[in-house]
Amino acid sequence: MTSITDPPRGSFQLSMLINDTRYRSYTFQAIAFIVLALSIGYLINNLFTNLAAQGLDIDFGFLGAPAGYDINQRLIEYTSQSTNLRAAFVGILNTLLVAFLACVTATIFGVLAGVLRLSNNWLVRKLMAIYVEIFRNIPVLIWVLIIFTIMIAVLPGPREFRGDDPAATMFLGISAFTNRGVYIPLPFFERGFGGGLDFLMVIVVLVGSFFGARAVTARATRIQEATGERPATLLTNLAIWFGPLIAIFLIFGLSFEVPELKGFNFAGGIKVGGPLIAIWFALSIYTGAFIAENVRAGIQAVSKGQTEAAGALGIRPGRIMSLVVLPQALRVIIPPLISNYLNITKNSSLAILVGYADVTATLGGITLNQTGRAIECILLLMLFYLTISLLISAVINVYNNAIKLKER
Amino acid sequence: MVDRTIAFVRTEDVPAMPPPPNATGPAKWVKDNLFATPANSVLTILAILAIYFILSGSVPWMLNGIWASPSLAVCREILDGASGACFAVLAERWNQLLFGFQYPADLYWRPGLAFVLLFFAAAPVLFFDLPRKLLIFTALYPFIAFWLIWGGSIFGPLLALLGIVAGAFFYQKFVKNSFALGFFGAIVTALVVWTVGGYIIPDGEIAEGAMRSVPSRDLGGFMLNMMLGVTCVSLSLPIGIALALGRQSSMPIIKYICVIFIEFIRGVPLITLLFVANVMLGYFFPPGSGVDLFLRVVIMITMFSAAYIAEVIRGGLAALPKGQYEAADSLGLDYAQAMRLIILPQALKISIPGIVNVSVGLFKDTTLVSVISMFDLVGMIRGPILASVEWQGVYWELFGFAALLFFITCYGISQYSQWLERRLATDHR
Repeated sequence: MTSITDPPRGSFQLSMLINDTRYRSYTFQAIAFIVLALSIGYLINNLFTNLAAQGLDIDFGFLGAPAGYDINQRLIEYTSQSTNLRAAFVGILNTLLVAFLACVTATIFGVLAGVLRLSNNWLVRKLMAIYVEIFRNIPVLIWVLIIFTIMIAVLPGPREFRGDDPAATMFLGISAFTNRGVYIPLPFFERGFGGGLDFLMVIVVLVGSFFGARAVTARATRIQEATGERPATLLTNLAIWFGPLIAIFLIFGLSFEVPELKGFNFAGGIKVGGPLIAIWFALSIYTGAFIAENVRAGIQAVSKGQTEAAGALGIRPGRIMSLVVLPQALRVIIPPLISNYLNITKNSSLAILVGYADVTATLGGITLNQTGRAIECILLLMLFYLTISLLISAVINVYNNAIKLKER
Repeated sequence: MVDRTIAFVRTEDVPAMPPPPNATGPAKWVKDNLFATPANSVLTILAILAIYFILSGSVPWMLNGIWASPSLAVCREILDGASGACFAVLAERWNQLLFGFQYPADLYWRPGLAFVLLFFAAAPVLFFDLPRKLLIFTALYPFIAFWLIWGGSIFGPLLALLGIVAGAFFYQKFVKNSFALGFFGAIVTALVVWTVGGYIIPDGEIAEGAMRSVPSRDLGGFMLNMMLGVTCVSLSLPIGIALALGRQSSMPIIKYICVIFIEFIRGVPLITLLFVANVMLGYFFPPGSGVDLFLRVVIMITMFSAAYIAEVIRGGLAALPKGQYEAADSLGLDYAQAMRLIILPQALKISIPGIVNVSVGLFKDTTLVSVISMFDLVGMIRGPILASVEWQGVYWELFGFAALLFFITCYGISQYSQWLERRLATDHR
């Protein structure tokens, strides 16, 4: 007769660290941790040995010292006597500026090209396919250089606008495209409070209009759900968007300062430097090609049955697009779109190539070369980009969780 | 009886008429595809205008191109005010564009040969129908290419090869017992062979089997882009697989090491990593080791692409149905066997398009090394060529040439990946 007994409860043996799956993962992790700690220690030891050999140390005090160089394109006050920290901050703002501008225009290019690639028109379809393939397969660096070359070598100099029969004329008489930059009219209020306050006022009005328009739409939806009739909102919304804006413009007297040729250069208006335009436009058309592919994939990902089902329910084509196809396509489009924005932000570091003073060019370029604080500068630079990336990834995660298909 | 007279009865079929001219053939195609609606017609006309402007500007310029001239000034004289390209710069600086301006001119055949051999080495990897024996040449290729491009004594590459062969031999022998034993034992074997060999083979000049050596800083031109692209992609594949597996792992320490590495690398632009290679990485090596810039750049770009490839492969691993993992477990396979035999072959297949995308992106990004003053194709154009007295101002021909080279390569790779995807498609959806 046999009896079942538990296997002998052996005491813990050293060999179980390798052979027993319960303990093996601890062994591996301990080994990995020790190896990692040792290698980091080794690298840091090397670092300090090397630094000591060259008489260097790690010290962030240089950030408070005067930078000693000028920055042309800047959004905040800055002189060559400002600190390195402020120079870095000017660079950060410039990075964010060009990244924001490029994100907006890249989205416009991308959505246009992506929708047109699905057009019924054979010629347009092929043209857009060529656009996407050409721009995706050539390095963005070459595009930046090509557009920068157009800016400095093809556009006329301010001199050529001079004289009775000038070689170049201003665009529509209000904007000048020169090899020193593009000059566009500057809007201002004749009876305003001056500079930033006016700008803030316009923003506040726009935000107010946004919420007003949303309230109108929400009310229309409420009425539709209660009665089945949707009141027309188009005119009300247009009035809410443009009414207050036009009122402000009239009250404070909107007018434009048009750039004029004075001396050797243009004066007045807003000057947009050639480097900014080069990096902005190059990033837009390059990333636009990628976004176009995302948009096309997103629209194609919505199965045809959805459109047909909506049609069978008697929904009109325009509303099928906005109520059925787009919400589902956006679920596919938006996450890669946001990571394209992240790529734009990272690729804006190419600005150093054309002399646009972004954070890579100020902190990682001139400050690094002048102070010789390579390690500190590069660490700060990485920290900045890492922060931006983590913020954007957090946005993607929040969005993905919000739109996740709620099932089971 | 009523006599009914029928006015007309057709006794045979009406002969089929040809369809109206605008419902068939090219006319119908044009109507459907170009002028279906008024808005569509407007788009067509706009597109034709755009094509006309681009072609009318570029075609005469290219057809008028001048291929033989010593400088831009002479080009302009020949053209005499007409619009035309000065392609002579490509002819005159051809070798510089391909090999950089410091590579010894009498040795151009060596990188050229390495480039031709690359196709033979890559062929069995890219096309599975070729005989598997050819993979032996693929395995030998890195050592041949290294020797051809850098020159020097043949013993260095030979020793490296010997170490790897010994390691592979050990792996073959012991992998049956345990994957870990085979894998780590192979690494140790290779290290032992290299160390012992390093003592046996003297460092000095060896006359036999030595080719003139070329230092890394003399490399340049499109050759540098190709070298960085090929080296970094091939090195980053195994690292990327390891990182992806680590990120999927259930062991928290290993998982977080991989997550932090991947997220850190993906969060910073490649330029900052190249800055690290240029000014910072040297500090982390033991004093006096003097690792050259090329190697430091290869290390940083490899880390960069490994992080991206890891994310792609993680996507492939996540896309596999859970049943595959459970099936492997229920067959009694251990982790290494399950991964090698069941999971990775399927996950890698799913990841191929993504891996190719990363590779194309990486190859394009190798142009960034021109920022840290390495003279790759773009660096050559921006630096020595555009700054020279003869060719100052020849922008379009040079940038167009660089764009064309990259376009051909990248477009070719992406077409290959689409072919491979169709080839590997086993699901019949």
